[in-house]
Amino acid sequence: MAAGPRVLVRPAVGVLALQGDVVEHLRALRESGAEPAAVRRPDELDRVDGLVIPGGESTTMWKLIDVFGLAEQLRKRISGGMPVFGSCAGLIMLADRLPDPASGQQTLGGIDMAVRRNAFGRQVDSFERDLEVAGLDGPPYRAVFIRAPWVEGVGPSVEVLATDPGTSRIVAVRQGRALATSFHPELTPDRRIHQLFVDMVRDQA
Amino acid sequence: MSIQNVPSGSEQPGRAGAAAVKGTSRVKRGMADMLKGGVIMDVVTAEQAKIAEDAGAVAVMALERVPADIRAQGGVARMSDPDMIDSIISAVSIPVMAKCRIGHFVEAQVLQAIGVDYVDESEVLTPADEAYHVDKWAFTVPFVCGATNLGEALRRITEGAAMIRSKGEAGTGNVIEATRHMRSIRTEIRRLSTLSADELYTAAKDLQAPYELVADVAAAGKLPVVLFTAGGIATPADAAMMMQLGAEGVFVGSGIFKSGDPAARAAAIVKATTFHDDPDVIAKVSRGLGEPMVGINLDTLAPEQRYAGRGW
Repeated sequence: MAAGPRVLVRPAVGVLALQGDVVEHLRALRESGAEPAAVRRPDELDRVDGLVIPGGESTTMWKLIDVFGLAEQLRKRISGGMPVFGSCAGLIMLADRLPDPASGQQTLGGIDMAVRRNAFGRQVDSFERDLEVAGLDGPPYRAVFIRAPWVEGVGPSVEVLATDPGTSRIVAVRQGRALATSFHPELTPDRRIHQLFVDMVRDQA
Repeated sequence: MSIQNVPSGSEQPGRAGAAAVKGTSRVKRGMADMLKGGVIMDVVTAEQAKIAEDAGAVAVMALERVPADIRAQGGVARMSDPDMIDSIISAVSIPVMAKCRIGHFVEAQVLQAIGVDYVDESEVLTPADEAYHVDKWAFTVPFVCGATNLGEALRRITEGAAMIRSKGEAGTGNVIEATRHMRSIRTEIRRLSTLSADELYTAAKDLQAPYELVADVAAAGKLPVVLFTAGGIATPADAAMMMQLGAEGVFVGSGIFKSGDPAARAAAIVKATTFHDDPDVIAKVSRGLGEPMVGINLDTLAPEQRYAGRGW
């Protein structure tokens, strides 16, 4: 990576490593100037300055958060202002409301939004496309949507960062120190979104 | 609190450069990335699919008979009834996979038309073609294929497989074959990584796989697609062992619904897969699961009863 004009510390950023594409996020964070760490236990969560909730199956992820007793501490850190970024299943986990949860499924919350799971359809409907994302310099962002959720409604304090041109649905949002995308920035080499998140972690330190 | 509602619209494929593209390698392989660290469970009814989802499965494999019953009952094993697959698709929100016979591209077309999320071109069903596997590039739906060694894995990837699993010996409750296949694939990848450029040409010839793919695997030290394990996994410790041997996730076939307490065993295998490197967790979840499935000692299987040799 090219040396920047400022000397920057590498903030410790965790990736919730219960299930999903953890390795891809760890790599993306490292390439974006963070010191990444897999987080599966409460003491590992204590040691990070920010957290990524990866793509995966949101029902499985919730089940594991619940049985291993991580929900309370995660909610406390998120409501306490720890920067957090969720992609796909991570966006679902950060939603304050799910209109159609699986039986027993809850979320961690953190963003004032309603999210519909698998809203773009089944795997045969999964797609990639160019997307305009607010706040990113340069060309459009190549976004990969896999059985992706969309955001059905947001509260007044939520900033909409991107809308899918095909469906006019909201697919990227930010509220304070919480960032979330329907798509998977970790699956493409474009690091602008992870960079944005690592900058959010640095700014709060 | 005010809610901003956005109306839905229809896709506009005419937009130059910005149109949505389906079925790309990134979309197919990425789907398997989302399953990593998870357990995919064989189910034969919508009720079993619900039990699997409630236990934390990342996906279910819809099939007519679990491998143990295919072994016991014999006959030609084919793609499942579309009605049965539909009932499972409507019962759960997790991804639904289904099997087609090796080389049976029309069964694969049917499964894609039904809307399954992944097709398993599987040696557990009776092969439909003794020379050719399905051309998987021709499909929007992604495929997972079995492999016993690296060459077989690379040939399947060359044909378009977006995910690989060990074959193991399905329906036996015996992990010895899955262990062999996982070790073989991982050892051969490690060996490739030590070869010089000129040696890689010969390695590609020996593996019967394209040189570019072999060179990529040698450089990356891993397959370009997700590698799961399958075949004979029956306990939390089996699943954790496969993860420690380098599997990125686990298929469990007969091991769950042929056991004494499927819901408890399914949940335990999910936990052991996530905490595969923590013996305390594996010990804890292994308690009180009731009877595991009855296993088969592979020495007692006649060669024609072995599934791992199917596929070329």
